[in-house]
Amino acid sequence: MNIKIENGRVIDPANNIDGIYSVCIAEGKIQQITTSQTDFIADKTIDATGQLVVPGFIDLNASLREPGYEQKASIKSETRAAVSAGYTTLCCLPNTKPILDTPSVVQLILDKAELAGFAKVLPLGALTVALEGKTLSEMYALKKAGCIALSQAPNSNIGNQVLRRALQYASSQDILVILKPEDLSIKDDGVVHDGAISSRLGLPGIPVSAETIAIAQIIELAEETGARVHLTGVSSARAVRMIARAKFTNDKISADVHAHQLHLSELDVGTFDANYHTSPPLRTAEDRDALIAGVVKGVFSVSSGHRPHNVEAKQAPFVATESGISSLETVLPLMLKLVDEGVLTLNQMIDRLSTSPAKVLALDSGGLAIQANADICIVDPNASWLVNNDSWLSRGHNSPFFGCQMKGAISHTLVNGRLVFEK
Amino acid sequence: MSSSEQMASTSFKAPDSSSLQLNDQGKLRHFLTTDGLSKEVLTEIMDVAESFSSVSDQAVKKVPLLRGKTIVNLFFENSTRTRTTFDLAAKRLSADVINLNIATSAASKGESILDTIRNLEAMQADMFVIRHADSGAAHFIARHVAPHVSVINAGDGRHAHPTQAMLDMFTIRREKKEFSDLKVAIIGDILHSRVARSQIQALNILGAKEVRVIAPKTLLPSNMDALGAHVYGDLRSGLDDVDVIIMLRLQRERMRGALLPSEHEYFEYFGLTEKKLAYAKPDVTVMHPGPINRGIEMDAAVADGPHSVILQQVTNGIAVRMAVMALCMGHNTAGKKP
Repeated sequence: MNIKIENGRVIDPANNIDGIYSVCIAEGKIQQITTSQTDFIADKTIDATGQLVVPGFIDLNASLREPGYEQKASIKSETRAAVSAGYTTLCCLPNTKPILDTPSVVQLILDKAELAGFAKVLPLGALTVALEGKTLSEMYALKKAGCIALSQAPNSNIGNQVLRRALQYASSQDILVILKPEDLSIKDDGVVHDGAISSRLGLPGIPVSAETIAIAQIIELAEETGARVHLTGVSSARAVRMIARAKFTNDKISADVHAHQLHLSELDVGTFDANYHTSPPLRTAEDRDALIAGVVKGVFSVSSGHRPHNVEAKQAPFVATESGISSLETVLPLMLKLVDEGVLTLNQMIDRLSTSPAKVLALDSGGLAIQANADICIVDPNASWLVNNDSWLSRGHNSPFFGCQMKGAISHTLVNGRLVFEK
Repeated sequence: MSSSEQMASTSFKAPDSSSLQLNDQGKLRHFLTTDGLSKEVLTEIMDVAESFSSVSDQAVKKVPLLRGKTIVNLFFENSTRTRTTFDLAAKRLSADVINLNIATSAASKGESILDTIRNLEAMQADMFVIRHADSGAAHFIARHVAPHVSVINAGDGRHAHPTQAMLDMFTIRREKKEFSDLKVAIIGDILHSRVARSQIQALNILGAKEVRVIAPKTLLPSNMDALGAHVYGDLRSGLDDVDVIIMLRLQRERMRGALLPSEHEYFEYFGLTEKKLAYAKPDVTVMHPGPINRGIEMDAAVADGPHSVILQQVTNGIAVRMAVMALCMGHNTAGKKP
């Protein structure tokens, strides 16, 4: 189907585009981006007056729960929620059941994603067999089967010797390794930031050093092995400084922060609301502000850290609940809020959601060039909506933003030139 | 980033505990924590406890206040002393009492806490007294019970033990009358202590002059300012000019977690002896929530000495728990089912 998007403000940081253009799409690719009249014959014309036409968002860190945890979510339910939120590509974590450590599981996920027909799914294969941190997974086979990168996340259950060898082996095949920086022995039984709230509520704390020690070790090993390493889900101000410094000398290191970490802090845990039980934990207001500054400066891409849960997973005393927020659908309004506040420019926002993640993954998408894959979303920056059961598509309703009014929504999403979401 | 701070503190704020444990008139309907309560609420508990304390001295140790009410002592963690005093308190108020030791029944069969609670509600329970090993367990249950049911926290993880704190406040008030001139030192494992957290909060609410904690850093929460206590590293400086000393129980397992070198070293530096007691005011009061490890936290001479009110604490526990039960039952949705 030929699609023409008219009158929208087209923004693409990758190609330095920002202006009112018509975008013409055929055969899954962008054919023209023009201000003048064209003879392009469209089957469907979308009037994007007052809206933003931008490259579809690429998520570096999402859990889709399939296979194995279908009581929480499915590839279909979450990729559908994703395209309604502007995401055209999702990297899914390997902690499925069975673990994503064999080509057959990769194939299953790719098949299910294709069948669903919403967002593209790029599996992150397990870095070690069963994510146990003991034996290297068959990295080459996983890459060949379609893994965009390998990851130990959402765990950090790997010793330095195995990690060093995994990075050596991965780098010899130029495979990206995505790691969650967390020292498990220091984290111990912690569930919230080690600070005011842990002290007051008597919840076991996770010190900042649980993150910074892991980052220091990973930076050293990345430097020594020459591996491409991406740190996902950073939470503390000290970590921002360490990563900014490391990126300065090693361009193979990158990092992301989850969007909700830019808005929430430990104080929101309040009185044991399990929807604020996240991993990494919500830290102090100062940490949060340093993360925002890091996003502004380009130290970080922004990921969702999407963790949909069934109701039971959060229905227990705080320490016994599972961590994580169902977050795909609130990333855009939370980022637009920073734009509204004048902290971030629109251009920076789109870079952190689309352009930078594409660079990290070495994808040729993430931009709006002629002949690029037409992965596009149209943003209505002023649309106001209430987070509730009616507006929500993810099967996980575990969001602390339920009941909050959000500003900014997606009106259309195209994946490979196909309209997969229309409001 | 003032604007984003504002965002977190306004639109995305989680409800605080005071709204959960108070009814529309600001009266106590659950008792989950001392945190966030007013001086009036805490004083009312002590005043009512004072009126109940004579009941225990009568030949017939009963008042008919909660006749026809069913109180369930729901202990997910073993306890003898606390459960016994709650049991006695409920019986002296003429309530029907059921003691359930969940640690050895439903939980081990895989039943969730919510299912346990709903089953007991279906048996027309009016009040749950809860002890659980997880911080926040009482809050969690209070959020999910029917409107006519009250929840009393009998200790949740490291978080709170509000009735213990109030019986300690009651004991202090009897000894010292006023809180405003008092310097109180709490000694021992603050980090893992629900009793200490509730005591520190209660003392600050009641206007104590200074609350001190004395412990090695491995046994202290990282942010004592957030709790409202001053940190001292040794007994000599920490006990100087102190009116009340509260000792905490030291769990043996702390040695295994590399938090302490040995019991011997702990007693040497933080154990309360008659000699160290002399650093405090001459009329200092010594308290301990029990059970005592003699020779680890304190000398027998101090535990049994003239400054000790440890056994009064136990006696006062019954009156304070009667007061809390009576107040909460009177303040939940008119004490009736909807």
